[in-house]
Amino acid sequence: MSRIDVRKTYKLYIGGQFPRSESGRSYVVNDAKGRLLANAAQASRKDARDAVVAARSAFGGWSTKTAYNRAQIVYRIAEVLEGRREQFEAELKAAEGISQAKARSYVDAAIDRLVWYAGWADKITQVVGNANPVAGPYFNLSTPEPSGVIAVVAPRGALLGLVSVVAPLIITGNTVVVIASEENPLTAITLGEVMATSDLPGGVVNVLTGSVAEIAPWLASHMDVNGIDLTGVEDAALATELEVAGADNLKRVRRPAPDTDWLVEPALDRMTRFLETKTVWHPIGV
Amino acid sequence: MYDDIVRSDSSLRRFLHGLPGVDQVGCEARAAGLGTRSIKTTAKAYAIDLAIRMVDLTTLEGADTHGKVKALASKAKRPDPADPSCPATAAVCVYPDMVATAKQTLGDSGVHVAAVATAFPSGRAAMDIKLADTRDAVEAGADEIDMVIDRGAFLSGRYLDVYDEIVQVKEACGDAHLKVIFETGELQTYDNVRRASWLAMMAGGHFIKTSTGKVQPAATLPVTLIMLEAVRDFRDQTGQMVGVKPAGGIKTTKDAIKYLVMVNEIAGPDWLDPDWFRFGASTLLNDLLMQRTKMTTGRYSGPDYFTLD
Repeated sequence: MSRIDVRKTYKLYIGGQFPRSESGRSYVVNDAKGRLLANAAQASRKDARDAVVAARSAFGGWSTKTAYNRAQIVYRIAEVLEGRREQFEAELKAAEGISQAKARSYVDAAIDRLVWYAGWADKITQVVGNANPVAGPYFNLSTPEPSGVIAVVAPRGALLGLVSVVAPLIITGNTVVVIASEENPLTAITLGEVMATSDLPGGVVNVLTGSVAEIAPWLASHMDVNGIDLTGVEDAALATELEVAGADNLKRVRRPAPDTDWLVEPALDRMTRFLETKTVWHPIGV
Repeated sequence: MYDDIVRSDSSLRRFLHGLPGVDQVGCEARAAGLGTRSIKTTAKAYAIDLAIRMVDLTTLEGADTHGKVKALASKAKRPDPADPSCPATAAVCVYPDMVATAKQTLGDSGVHVAAVATAFPSGRAAMDIKLADTRDAVEAGADEIDMVIDRGAFLSGRYLDVYDEIVQVKEACGDAHLKVIFETGELQTYDNVRRASWLAMMAGGHFIKTSTGKVQPAATLPVTLIMLEAVRDFRDQTGQMVGVKPAGGIKTTKDAIKYLVMVNEIAGPDWLDPDWFRFGASTLLNDLLMQRTKMTTGRYSGPDYFTLD
């Protein structure tokens, strides 16, 4: 008798747990040739709401960890990802229909990207912070602080794009609710498994899979979300709508950039866009 | 009409132990079943406003200050300053020494002041001290008194002592309404909750209340279900209506709506009124306001837009 396949149920990643969608819905995910790959959970607005609650409650603990500690944890994600590279290469090949060599290069780049951002944790303050010269007996110091809960629409592509938008946000102390690529959501959930086993506190990264047009407007108008990264939004009308909705509580917005080449080493702006500058005046002792 | 029963300790015990036992599994299943009802759109909007009107906004901390009580009382009058259509809460619930402060802020707004008395939360004090505590709160202007029963006496079977205590505190209350707190988390069994409910109702309590909020578990759905059955049966027998107040641990709108469904199904729609059902809560109000804002604006709100309390 042949062995029965043990297939994975792809669920959401919210607050360190892997729940099904509250709505009970799922949708069909096909591989590059149009054959059934798996069913993915189709998140509803209530899943998005729960994810924001999880991200908000994780924010206090995550943003007050030392930069050094956050770097260790993000580096740990890279380590665990390295250990599971075969699984990711196989998933990339199936999802995107690419060669083994190309899949390996994407996984390499994703791991390297995590390590690169991990290194920035305790350096970004020195680069964008400042001791400002003022005409008075004061020290005047500007330091960057995380904005809070950031909603992200991840770009196309199963792994590298997702890692490249999430890593810069969490390394600076933000917490994230990310809507995975609608076409390639499965690897995002596998990445969630990596994060769940990497000392990353539950709720720091929350992954939703489903329709961007359905979920993103709820996150854009959510008063407890502090910023929205529209990198993966391909529909210009939707992007405008999301930006307008985000204006109500003065969200920081990052405009769409769906055609970015993710293999190129990034600039610092993915980190700095979602940082607030705090300036303090301190009297000089006389 | 219960004179015969409360004539002696043994007759009272015979009556309370003669009450039908609670089917634990059935009770919990029924409570869980009622919790699965789906309340949406206009029904939900109605439920949220009703729940806000039923809140006894509570602060019972050693660290309470006059400033905090004033802020709480202002919030009780106008829970959502951005929306005049949002109703006021039923009452604020404070320690006796804060009654005057709360009363001053509330004025003639119609929001009541409830005070916990009788050596809250343990109830471990001499009888005359408990009575003095009660009179003190009433003189300061409390409209409602939340007393705790002597759980030690209750658990050791001295039911008549508990009965007498409630009767005396009620006398000391004068015109103020009396809520009797059982601290169900310490009563051990559902049967005891049913017995305590009948005892308090026979002694003349206007409300029966689950918990102080200082002991875990506090209010739960099954315990509230038993108390709602008791007030329903008591009205059938005597024609008198008694209110129910679950307190402690009710934090979300979803929880509150489960309780309202249960009130409607077990006791009946007559109890769906702030005069007959209350929530003892503090954090619940903010969640109700957030849900209310979600329904009126169509977008999710956040805790940044409501007061910390």
